[in-house]
Amino acid sequence: MPECSLIDRLSARVRRRSFRKRSPSLGSTRRRLATAIAATPLAFVGGCDVLRLGVANPAGPVAEAQWHLLLIVGAVLFFVAAPVLILTPIIAWHYRLGKKGNVYRPTWTFSWPLEGLIWIPPTGIVVGLGFVLWHYTIALDPYRPLPSTQPALEVQAVALDWKWLFIYPDQGAAAVNQMAIPVGRPVHVSLTSGTVMQSLLIPQLAGQIYAMAGMTTQLNFAANRPGTFRGQNTQFNGLGFQNQKFEVLAMPPDAFEAWVARARATARPLDPAALDGLMQKSVPPEPILYSSVPPDLFQTFIARTQEPSR
Amino acid sequence: MTEPLWPALLGRFGWQDLPFVRAWADPSLSEIIGAGAGALVVVGGLAVVVLITWLGRWGYLWREWFTSLDHKRIGILYVVIAFTMLSRALVEAVLMRMQQAAAINAPGFIAPDHFAQLFTTHGSIMIFFMAMPFLTGAINYVMPLQIGARDVAFPLLNAVSLWLTAGAAGLMMVSLVIGRFSTGGWTGYPPYTELAFSPDVGPDYWIWAVTLGSIGTTLSGLNFAVTIYKLRCPGMTLMRMPMFVWTSLCTSILMIFAMPPLTVATALLALDRYLGFHFFTNDLGGNMMNYANLIWLFGHPEVYILILPAFGVYSEVIATFSSKELYGYTSLVIATMAIAVLSFTVWVHHFFTMGQSANINAVFGIATMTIGLPTGVKIYDWIWTMFRGRVRFSVSMLYSLAFMMTFVLGGLTGIILAFPPLDYLVHNTLFLVAHFHNMLIPGLLYGMLAGYHYWFPKAFGFRLDEKWGRISFGCWVVGFYLAFMPLYVLGAGGMTRRSQAVFEPAFRPWLYVAGVGALVLLSALASLFVQLWVSIRNREANRVPVGDPWNAGGLEWSIAAPPPEYNFAVIPTVNDRDPFHGDKADGDPYAPPKRYEAIAMPANSMTGPALGVLGAVTAFGLVWHMWWLAGFGLAAGIATIVARSFVRDLHRTIPAAEVARIDRHWRRDIRKAKPVGRAVEGTPANRGLAEVEA
Repeated sequence: MPECSLIDRLSARVRRRSFRKRSPSLGSTRRRLATAIAATPLAFVGGCDVLRLGVANPAGPVAEAQWHLLLIVGAVLFFVAAPVLILTPIIAWHYRLGKKGNVYRPTWTFSWPLEGLIWIPPTGIVVGLGFVLWHYTIALDPYRPLPSTQPALEVQAVALDWKWLFIYPDQGAAAVNQMAIPVGRPVHVSLTSGTVMQSLLIPQLAGQIYAMAGMTTQLNFAANRPGTFRGQNTQFNGLGFQNQKFEVLAMPPDAFEAWVARARATARPLDPAALDGLMQKSVPPEPILYSSVPPDLFQTFIARTQEPSR
Repeated sequence: MTEPLWPALLGRFGWQDLPFVRAWADPSLSEIIGAGAGALVVVGGLAVVVLITWLGRWGYLWREWFTSLDHKRIGILYVVIAFTMLSRALVEAVLMRMQQAAAINAPGFIAPDHFAQLFTTHGSIMIFFMAMPFLTGAINYVMPLQIGARDVAFPLLNAVSLWLTAGAAGLMMVSLVIGRFSTGGWTGYPPYTELAFSPDVGPDYWIWAVTLGSIGTTLSGLNFAVTIYKLRCPGMTLMRMPMFVWTSLCTSILMIFAMPPLTVATALLALDRYLGFHFFTNDLGGNMMNYANLIWLFGHPEVYILILPAFGVYSEVIATFSSKELYGYTSLVIATMAIAVLSFTVWVHHFFTMGQSANINAVFGIATMTIGLPTGVKIYDWIWTMFRGRVRFSVSMLYSLAFMMTFVLGGLTGIILAFPPLDYLVHNTLFLVAHFHNMLIPGLLYGMLAGYHYWFPKAFGFRLDEKWGRISFGCWVVGFYLAFMPLYVLGAGGMTRRSQAVFEPAFRPWLYVAGVGALVLLSALASLFVQLWVSIRNREANRVPVGDPWNAGGLEWSIAAPPPEYNFAVIPTVNDRDPFHGDKADGDPYAPPKRYEAIAMPANSMTGPALGVLGAVTAFGLVWHMWWLAGFGLAAGIATIVARSFVRDLHRTIPAAEVARIDRHWRRDIRKAKPVGRAVEGTPANRGLAEVEA
């Protein structure tokens, strides 16, 4: 986000300074409190950081288009809101009881021109936005494959308590809480859940889609620059929910191949014992790589729901 | 022999289910807070009982309030429930904000399980036991007065609705002392709330509290709709009804059609949990998507059930405090009806992310935006109502102005969320949390508080303290912006809702500000209670016995404050939209009736309290698998209804002489009072007699 860079630099300086000020030598609580209060607005300048974690700092074509759409909608909405935000205080204050010389029309209750003004232009805006909405909803349908000369990388995501299992069927590898993807190549994720409903969101890359037991949902996205991006489950699923984050490693294609090779070399197959461990409710402290995956593991997860469970 | 006896008697209750025992075994701050809350319920409940006993007021409360079928008394009791539950749920909100501010790369002081109960009870209470009772109470109190009726169409049913709601709210409070509450959020999404994942009593508390409340609300909706259709006074055609009555009607229609899907959803979930059905389970063909559809088929109209009555309040307040007739009445009626109808066509926008086709999402997205149209029209109608008026910045009016400006911001983010591709990004994040608080705090709470300040003098005969009202107003507004604007930013940065801990240091400053905002909101509530205390203390100075403190035009202002039990000594006839304004302009607003007649009012009945208590007892038995208790409650409830059907003496007649005595007493107050102008309506000079303006 280039717009942010100046503010970032400023805020970094501010934060350095406020760290220095927070040194214990200050002694008196009151002075420390005063410093804290003085630093609060400055800390806000540093609040720009938060936007870098989300869609305002997109790292792929899908998130970029979503950010673009957000700007369009935001601009339109500015003009929708402005009249109300301006007229309400002005009219209320202008026509206050104490002000002399105002026109007073207690029984004036209707005007066709005003009616037209409050029904027709907003209708026009909604119709206009409706076309925008339709276009973007179809274009950014998470099920829609991204246009590309390369075939999409297939990833199968299984939502577990409280972790994500990512299976790479074509590579024969798998990982927990880490999703490596090659930059520039579309990724097609099929999702299901081995437990309750969850929702997969990688704010800088793509919007979310639910993962539900016995069903498959799909998500298409791509990264257009290397980096580590935060992914997470956004649907509350129990006591470990807040810890259910994972990292998306977007890397150049050769680095991705190396990552696959590293996974396959771990000599830790995703065998029934490992799978049983994953099915337990837990938050793995570190991402785990698996060297092999039983065939059709993803389908097995979906089929599980047809049987009675204990 | 004792072994099988305990489970039969106590079901699945064990000592570990008492928060005090848990706190004793594990004295962490989180458990101590839980035990403290439980202790507060026990001690507070005992204190109230002791206080009433000490004052010797049980008989009075029983006769005048608990068994009363008077719509005004029932309305006030609803609002009492709303304020009680608001206090609890707001404290819970503050605890959650403090926890998030404390738990940035740190454990904080509330354990995950406790935190999950907090957000579940906060949401459930705010929706079902704060918002719903508040608006039901307001409609109950005001609507019959506005249409010139002496009561609602079914006074006994009204009491049953009240006491079912009270029983359900009581169940929520009991869950603090015995057992634990659900951790599944206020929507209780399965399969998380199914036995396989939540085998404890929590979801059962949620199911039965919500079920009791939803039955009460459905009955209220039927009651209100029939009242409005059948009991309007002569001359009050549909298009002469006050806006608040219109919004009450639309809300009632929504209640009738939207609450049953909720009752069905919770009942099906109960079948899953109690009898091994598989409606929403993961296995054997269960499908939680059906639940999502059912709950939001209720959930979206519910939003308008909550907001429409507030719209009605604003329409009344803005017209009155602008000294003008409402601008664009027909437009407002059309807009209200349009909102009510459209509210049934948008429910899928609560789960754009469930994987349905893009076309379906687009249709529901556009339908969602369409609701913005009539809503926008309403806002402009209120602005034009102020135009060329004489605006007084009373507390009610301040809430209305703050509502208009704040609600628009919430509407904007609502349009953003209506775009499925944008919803994918911020669904389930704090952006969504900020959005719905941005709709419901101005769109419901401010409205109910505006109504509370507006109609309080009518209900109790004295005005609320202006100074503390303004302080409280300031805190509600400032607190709202501080608490919720940061959440938009955090949501855009990807912070999920319902997070007990946070791992991004970048979130810190925003969480701190939101925490401060929560504290300001808490002081807003405290100021409201101080205001009530101060107002009661100064009540003699602020009495408005004549009953028209704001120079308003509705029928409710044409009678004494507080109104007599029968509301109108003679049922009025209207030929105008603001009948009381018309009478005042004609110069004879308080013409005495030619003669007084005896009035038959519904006799007191203990059916309501009995059904409420028995409903709660049944629910409690079901929650704990104490089958004997559930069976007893159900049987006794049915017996109560049967017994009631044998009661023949359903009315109490107020003799004509008594009516005449009460009415003449009020007329003496009118003669004694000096009319006041609008500039001094906030002073003790205001006895409720308005100076008619040129």
